[in-house]
Amino acid sequence: MLCSIVQYLRQSASKYPKNVAVSDGKNLLSYCDLLANAEKIANVFVSKNIFKKPIAVMIEKSPASIAAFMGVAMSGNYYSVIDERMPQNRIEKILETLKPEFIISNNRNRKKAESLGLDVQKILYYEDLVANEVSADEKVAIEKTENRIIDTDILYVLFTSGSTGVPKGVIITHRSVIDYTEWASETFGFNHETVFGNQAPLYFDNSVLDIYSAIRNGASLYLIPQMCFAFPIRLLEFVRDNKINTIFWVPTVLSRVADLGILDKCDIDCLRNVLFAGEVMPARQLNVWRKRLPNALFANLYGPTEITVDCTYYIVNRDIRDDESVPIGHPCRNTDILVLNNDNQLVGIGEKGELCVRGSSLALGYYNNPEKTDAAFVQNPLNFLYRELIYRTGDIVHYNELHEIIYDGRKDSQVKHTGHRIELGEIETAVSSNKDVLNNCCIHNSQKDLLVLFYVGNAEESSIRKCLSALLPDYMLPNVFIKLPCMPLNMNGKIDRVKLQEEALKL
Amino acid sequence: MDEKKKILEMLAELRPEFDYENSSNFVEDGLLDSFDIVSLTTMLEEYFKVTIDGMSIVPENYASVDAILALVKSSKGSN
Repeated sequence: MLCSIVQYLRQSASKYPKNVAVSDGKNLLSYCDLLANAEKIANVFVSKNIFKKPIAVMIEKSPASIAAFMGVAMSGNYYSVIDERMPQNRIEKILETLKPEFIISNNRNRKKAESLGLDVQKILYYEDLVANEVSADEKVAIEKTENRIIDTDILYVLFTSGSTGVPKGVIITHRSVIDYTEWASETFGFNHETVFGNQAPLYFDNSVLDIYSAIRNGASLYLIPQMCFAFPIRLLEFVRDNKINTIFWVPTVLSRVADLGILDKCDIDCLRNVLFAGEVMPARQLNVWRKRLPNALFANLYGPTEITVDCTYYIVNRDIRDDESVPIGHPCRNTDILVLNNDNQLVGIGEKGELCVRGSSLALGYYNNPEKTDAAFVQNPLNFLYRELIYRTGDIVHYNELHEIIYDGRKDSQVKHTGHRIELGEIETAVSSNKDVLNNCCIHNSQKDLLVLFYVGNAEESSIRKCLSALLPDYMLPNVFIKLPCMPLNMNGKIDRVKLQEEALKL
Repeated sequence: MDEKKKILEMLAELRPEFDYENSSNFVEDGLLDSFDIVSLTTMLEEYFKVTIDGMSIVPENYASVDAILALVKSSKGSN
């Protein structure tokens, strides 16, 4: 029985020592190197008798950061990712909540690390950590420590945005990641020949699929340089040159590549799995990808950080119309989905309700924040007999006639407009079917009861109106159309709704 | 307005904190991230009434004001 993800690394290092474990295009670690570096890092904590403590990692996305995660996990501690580009104020708030025992940084980020006001003794540098060899006795001590890890111990704490501006640290255990990784590997057929092309930042939990599915299978993980995402043809060339066959990207990136019309300009036939999650994937752009890669598997995954990457998935296996919502599908294995209406009863087909999740994928809660934990992780209202927690996602969904789950929008994006209850997501899906609209976001100005549509693209207001009139009732047509040069994005690369809300309130 | 001045104005609008006039390569010096490239491309297309081909969105065409202007001009030619 697997108790920790470290066992994945040991197995892959033993079976595929020379395989590329992780590369960023410049630096590369084989499985043998990754294990050696993880042991060197673990050794520092084991020798100090630091166990089950938080360790912050502030290293840019690179093989070094992956080695740091593995070293922390191997020592029985848990890591939290600090993005070095985050505003200082946000980093300080995270550190205040996490209270890390140590922070692992590197020479490149030395200045930033020293500016955080931490005791210098608490700052460790990657280059120093991996400089010393681990003796045979020390290896024995590391393995003894490793054997003390149980699957309900914490693997990582990832910080997400909190509505009050204070980030919330989502606590995820080894068990949850093992469950998820086993499911993903079997469902998508990952093996030692899989080559992942990672897009997600390491503080965004989409990266958990890339990292642990690679390590579990002895596969290769390519951390795609950020600049490739600015120049999409370079991105496709990176995929081609490194023979990447599996990508798990946010829809914004896939859509941009599709909209630029460059998919047939580069030989990317190596791609076998195209997975996406994090926001709604517009069907029109998905269809452009499917036409270009008719033999690849396309899957829409869904899930908030609180339930270990994803809790539902949909392998696209039928034609999806351009104005249709791509389903989020069915529950992942060992996960139960409850769609509850306002009376906390299960909904029928076509009826909307809040998506709630039950299973070992649930986070342990929010770090150092019992109030927020109690509000989000609650007793299953259908179970009166024993303690059983569910996570209320705040996402509104319904089942279609094929019994596929369809995402309708956020609970807080369900608005009352001119007396009608409206899902803003429904308007956005309809707008995205207009081929001259590249991206859009609908916001409700509750003070003036206005539906404000922000969009990017060459479309004129009149053409969007005409297109919407054919798809939506009159009361769902936006009152104000605002064309933007591009959508504001938050740190995870998703549309920054908070910023747009502020703009809408200025009207 | 002078075309180069207009491009500098767009850059300043995107990232007012950077000194573009003293950079030899905007991309290598880290003055433009992926979000800025998307925004700048849209701004150029709208102002200069051109369509920039996806194949032309490459680092060398965004390295300097001269390179960006050349990109705009070549896009005009191909429209």
